[in-house]
Amino acid sequence: MSAVAEKSLTSRILNGIESKLPSLYGDGHTRREAVTYFQEKGIPTKKWEDYKYINPEGLFRIGEFMSNAPVIREVTALDVERMTVIPGAAKLVIVNGVFIPALSKLDRLPEGVTVKSIADAVVSDETAKANYAQQAHATNDPFIAWNTALNTGGVFLHVTANTQCEIPIHILHIACNEAASTFHPRNLIVAERDTKLELIESFETIGPVKTLTNVVTEVVAHTNSKFDHYRLQVEGIAGHQVNTTCVKSLKGSNYTTYTFSIDGGWVRNNLNILFTEPHTETHLYGLYLTDKNRVVDNHTVVDHTVPNCMSNELYKGVMDGKSTAVFNGKIFVRRDAQKTNAYQTNRNILLSADATINTKPQLEIYADDVKCSHGTSTGRLDTDALFYLRARGIGELAARKLLVRAFADDVVEKVPNDAVKAYLDNRLNHLMA
Amino acid sequence: MISIKNLHASVDGKEILRGLNLEVKAGEVHAIMGPNGSGKSTLASVLAGREDYEITEGEVSFEGKDLLDMSIEDRAREGLFLAFQYPIEIPGVSNINFLKTAINEIREYKGLGPIEPKDFLARVKEMQKLVELDGKLTGRSVNEGFSGGEKKRNEIFQMAMLEPKLAILDETDSGLDIDALRIVASGVNKLRNKDRAFIVVTHYQRLLDYIIPDFVHVLYNGRIVKSGSKELALELEQKGYDWIKSEVNVEA
Repeated sequence: MSAVAEKSLTSRILNGIESKLPSLYGDGHTRREAVTYFQEKGIPTKKWEDYKYINPEGLFRIGEFMSNAPVIREVTALDVERMTVIPGAAKLVIVNGVFIPALSKLDRLPEGVTVKSIADAVVSDETAKANYAQQAHATNDPFIAWNTALNTGGVFLHVTANTQCEIPIHILHIACNEAASTFHPRNLIVAERDTKLELIESFETIGPVKTLTNVVTEVVAHTNSKFDHYRLQVEGIAGHQVNTTCVKSLKGSNYTTYTFSIDGGWVRNNLNILFTEPHTETHLYGLYLTDKNRVVDNHTVVDHTVPNCMSNELYKGVMDGKSTAVFNGKIFVRRDAQKTNAYQTNRNILLSADATINTKPQLEIYADDVKCSHGTSTGRLDTDALFYLRARGIGELAARKLLVRAFADDVVEKVPNDAVKAYLDNRLNHLMA
Repeated sequence: MISIKNLHASVDGKEILRGLNLEVKAGEVHAIMGPNGSGKSTLASVLAGREDYEITEGEVSFEGKDLLDMSIEDRAREGLFLAFQYPIEIPGVSNINFLKTAINEIREYKGLGPIEPKDFLARVKEMQKLVELDGKLTGRSVNEGFSGGEKKRNEIFQMAMLEPKLAILDETDSGLDIDALRIVASGVNKLRNKDRAFIVVTHYQRLLDYIIPDFVHVLYNGRIVKSGSKELALELEQKGYDWIKSEVNVEA
């Protein structure tokens, strides 16, 4: 049944692509290659090892993201204001996958930073041309392929050498539609040598209509760049998201990523970090909180191909209701990657009997002079601690919240930016109220 | 204050308390002594509401209300305090936040608004001094990395902050050196007053050199088998528990 059905699902998704392709920006060859791959593979099914717990094909079969005629409700400056994370940050607003300069706050961009619509940049900007589709390969994953085939925009953010961005840059993704549909924002961030950048991406939806944001972000962190990259997934139960971030880290750079999946109906994160030069460092922090029927799946890959690099990963999750979470952390230490330090920790708390966590650390080590460790745990709230709190007069619900918050704060405390921390603090308080 | 009548409690089907009776009035200090396994800690846990125990018979009235019918938190809100034998470490929850939450939950139960931050801080300072607790500890996570003595002092500090009507000290002397014992006991003594009662559960007499009880009870096989004045504790210290055991067994 499914072979035929899958074909029809894929062909329905790609319906009219031939007539659409010539009108899309950029190099037709890259798009065509992506279409071919997507046509062949289709939306991943539960038979795919990397997608088996969340079964994207099942989600699409319900057919709720197939509208071909997006009707955009006017997104206003007021909406954008309401979705502020850091007051005073430069804002780049992407609505339904398209960069909207009129809603953005580009005048706040630090000197030395260039922002362009990616559709313009891949035609006119040499750096964009040289880096586009180089980290995220269409033939690695159907969602990258789908985005590469059909994306109509997003931003190209270029931090020129020696620029220390004192003002954070916020990419605000808004999904807003009158019919359930899929959007494909595509971003490229290049931080040249000796730069400092704080980039916040937040994901929001307006209205109750289900949307799928299939975002692909490519990052190049050049020599000695210091790059803090936040992803705040707060889009509400109607928001669905496949978030692919592919990072190339070069010598002496420190790329640190913070992924907070605290609201959102169905979220899949593919975070891939590749070290191609020695003495490079990366930190990956993640917090996922799920309830109801929500799904959050974090797949991370850290690929050590060269010696003397360091990666450190901490992901924590709290699952309630009938929700499902997945953590899959791959670390590759290739044969030449001697003197690698690679650490990974994943901790989970299940609050209800119907919640599920599937956790899988996956270390593949081919070098012999390395320090690597991983640990994973899943448990329930500590009943002795609950009793202790209640024995001091704290109600059961409040006691549970205190313990959950303490568990989550382990990750929140890693956030160096105080404004982001305050934002998270506020969101978490509301979430647990 | 509290009236315990014919209390029977078991854990995993094994009966630990077998018809315990005890009356404690406001202002009194009662010591409960007894050999290991006699049910001392079970009594403390049952009164605080630990859910591992099944009450099979009997009643407990606390200030005229049915204690056994109350949730764990409501017992605390009504003024019952248990100083734990093994205080729990709670990483990530600061002592201060924990205490403020507790005080405000108790106040809310009594229909009062949240405590003024400056009043709260003033009380923290005062009570820290009372139990000679290092101010740095109150900023840390609850009991995390505390020494045994610090944990026990933190229990007494919490008691001082929460101002209970009835405090149950469960083997608060266990694991304490003599200096820590003196500090803990002096904290308790400063908190004694005509409206507050104490039940001091202990295996050894030495704590009672510092916290002088009004009554001493001997718990054996889940029942109070002998009651007396503070001299009874000294007698037990000299003769050990075997004397009581044989006396009880002869009677039986």
